[in-house]
Amino acid sequence: MNRPVITVNGLNLWYGQTQALKNISLDIPEKSITALIGPSGCGKSTFLKTLNRMNDLVPGVRITGSVCYEGQDIFETNVNQLRKEVGMVFQKPNPFPMSIYNNIAYGPRTHGITNRQELDEIVEKALRGAAIWDEVKDRLKKNALGLSGGPQQRLCIARALAVQPKVLLMDEPTSALDPIATSRIEDLVMELKSQYTIVIVTHNMQQAVRISDQTAFFLLGDLVEYAETEKLFSQPGDKRTEEYITGRFG
Amino acid sequence: MKSKTNLFETIVHGIFLVLGLITVGCVLLITIYLIISGIPAIREIGLLDFLFGDTWASTAAQPQYGILPFILTSIYGTAGAILLGVPVGFLTAMYLAKMAPKRAKSVMEQAVSLLAGIPSVVYGLVGMMVLVPGIRSLFHIPDGAGLLAAIVVLAVMILPSIIKMSITALEAVPKEYEDASLALGATPEETYFRVSAPAAKSGIAAAVVLGVGRAIGEAMAVMMVAGNAANMPDSLFQSVRFLTTAVASEMSYSSGLQRQALFSIALVLFLFIMLINAALNFFLKGEKKP
Amino acid sequence: MISNRRRLFLWTVRGGMYLAAALTGILTLFLVGYVMAKGIPNITWQLISTKPSYLSGNIGILPDILNTLYVVIASLAIVLPLGVGAAVYLTEYASSKRLVGVIEYAAEALSGIPSIIYGLVGMLMFSNNFGTCLLSGALTLVIMNLPTIMRNTQESLKTVPQAYREGAFGLGAGKWRVVRTVVLPGCIDGVLTGCILSVGRILGESAALLFTAGFAHALNGFWDGLSSAGATLTVALYVYAKEQGEFGVAFAIAAILMVLSLLINLAAVLVTKYFQRRNAV
Repeated sequence: MNRPVITVNGLNLWYGQTQALKNISLDIPEKSITALIGPSGCGKSTFLKTLNRMNDLVPGVRITGSVCYEGQDIFETNVNQLRKEVGMVFQKPNPFPMSIYNNIAYGPRTHGITNRQELDEIVEKALRGAAIWDEVKDRLKKNALGLSGGPQQRLCIARALAVQPKVLLMDEPTSALDPIATSRIEDLVMELKSQYTIVIVTHNMQQAVRISDQTAFFLLGDLVEYAETEKLFSQPGDKRTEEYITGRFG
Repeated sequence: MKSKTNLFETIVHGIFLVLGLITVGCVLLITIYLIISGIPAIREIGLLDFLFGDTWASTAAQPQYGILPFILTSIYGTAGAILLGVPVGFLTAMYLAKMAPKRAKSVMEQAVSLLAGIPSVVYGLVGMMVLVPGIRSLFHIPDGAGLLAAIVVLAVMILPSIIKMSITALEAVPKEYEDASLALGATPEETYFRVSAPAAKSGIAAAVVLGVGRAIGEAMAVMMVAGNAANMPDSLFQSVRFLTTAVASEMSYSSGLQRQALFSIALVLFLFIMLINAALNFFLKGEKKP
Repeated sequence: MISNRRRLFLWTVRGGMYLAAALTGILTLFLVGYVMAKGIPNITWQLISTKPSYLSGNIGILPDILNTLYVVIASLAIVLPLGVGAAVYLTEYASSKRLVGVIEYAAEALSGIPSIIYGLVGMLMFSNNFGTCLLSGALTLVIMNLPTIMRNTQESLKTVPQAYREGAFGLGAGKWRVVRTVVLPGCIDGVLTGCILSVGRILGESAALLFTAGFAHALNGFWDGLSSAGATLTVALYVYAKEQGEFGVAFAIAAILMVLSLLINLAAVLVTKYFQRRNAV
């Protein structure tokens, strides 16, 4: 395993009275793909959203335990800086209702880059990085909502890349897409691994097997098992993991 | 860096909080201004003499400040407008919500919006030029300006709000209710009047209350057709003053206790309106519940 | 099949509905037709391009037209930031449900207060400090129209997808940047609708202006106009009809107001349609 970028220790999370995460501890290694799997409502998305503090937006959330990014407690650092370093791609593609160019430039502009030439370079690099440059280079000024689902999601990945994050959190990024668009995103994610640390939530176990290096299995707020993907799927160490991956529940 | 952005965001948050509280501030200011300027005259005149005195003679040598004529006029006038306006408004709303062909409905809805947008002085002007002479010649009386003319003008003016709100309420009735009634062999008309209307009753009640609020608060149109003499509303043809017009007609030249008494009238009107608002809220909540 | 009693009920209510709907329709037609017929012949270039003069006996409504314009501009310029800001606070910032309830209740109370009371309070609050002038009138109208702008903006803020906000936060944008770049552009339709409704209300308002802005007919520029007393079209209509018995002029103004409210209704419909189509893409 590579050196850990994110270390989670004894993390508990409550939405009001309900505990959604129970005493979670795990390390996320650099430049690899970590898959989070489990039945819906198991806490995997909640966990993901804790890593860049998107849960802050939900009223009534209470968190204990520690999450460190590059050795720093994320609840102590500036949240906007954290989200710049730890980017996110959402379940449903959510481009802003602006031009493709402005969508990508949104992040860099947010963090203070205004030079036109510099922005042009960042936009091109991000779009190339997300393998969508050739498709959209002639219509950068067109509204991003005019793209179809697959390209929209790759646009959102490009938008996340444009702020040069170290970590990319992906929340079921292909669940709203057709199989062809899905496989293109998967290819892209595996390419991105060489430069970025990726944490991906998926409900699709084949996907986890196909792309991830290690897998964490969540159930009812507990982290049941966390191991290298190959090992977890071939010789699960826990009865519940075995039942889940063989399709007995979920 | 960290504390700087946080400070900035805190300031922005604070600004928006202030903007959000402006409405509350306005309501408080209006209430306080009305109470402070309305109380002195009531104190001097005496609450009972003020509210139940039947003579208003503010400019007489021995001034008298009884506003019972205005209160009764406002109540009768509003009741009359409701009596005329609600049946017409409700039936129109029923037709538009349930029976009307699509084209007719959209044309009529435009007409209703237009009616709602016409300034009250235009209503007043048409009332002055058409209604007042009409009443005079129809009933062979010396002057047509009076309670009846005011009632008719108010009835027309509250029509759009009653129609709009009733349509909203009627359209919100779940279609299942109506289907169930139709499936039992009831005709569409029976269904709409015996099932839909009762199901929409709090919305329709809210529409009526809204109409009451509009009617009791209208000043200019009424001023142009009601005659404006401070009489008791003994007959439909009596020249009368409403609470609103009592304030408006003397404000520009009043002074001293007379002026203060006008503010007291405004305070009474304000209390009426607050009661009506409370009733409106009650009915609107009732509509949301089921 | 159907008993006589049921048939009677059926025809009564059917007749009632047709009658009521016809009455409403005819009433609208009559009002528009009558005001137009009586007013349009009285609209002359002379009338709308000059100011009144007691010396020459001329009546012109140019000052009233300009005053109306000034009041509309001044009121909107002040009420827009306040109303939109309040709406942003309610949908984006407020965390206490109770406070939101209080603010919404206050807005409802404001929209229920009759304009004559606004006139009185405006007189006490503004005219006693700034004098009887268009600015005092405009400030009074600001309070009156605050709920309209707030409500409409709020409704359309609620339709801005949460995903946009999440997307922007996810890129590390701060709250204010998210509001400014992603949320506010999404509520232009509501702001516009609110503006149109407010303009309609301002054009039609008279009772609230009579004691705050006065009823002079002097010809002024924008800034001078704001600080001097002046009648808007509706107030002028009232004065000409009720105090001076100039019914021709009154009807001419009424016809102008009627055309304006027709245009405003049309604008509201068009804005709604335009944004519905745009949002459907």
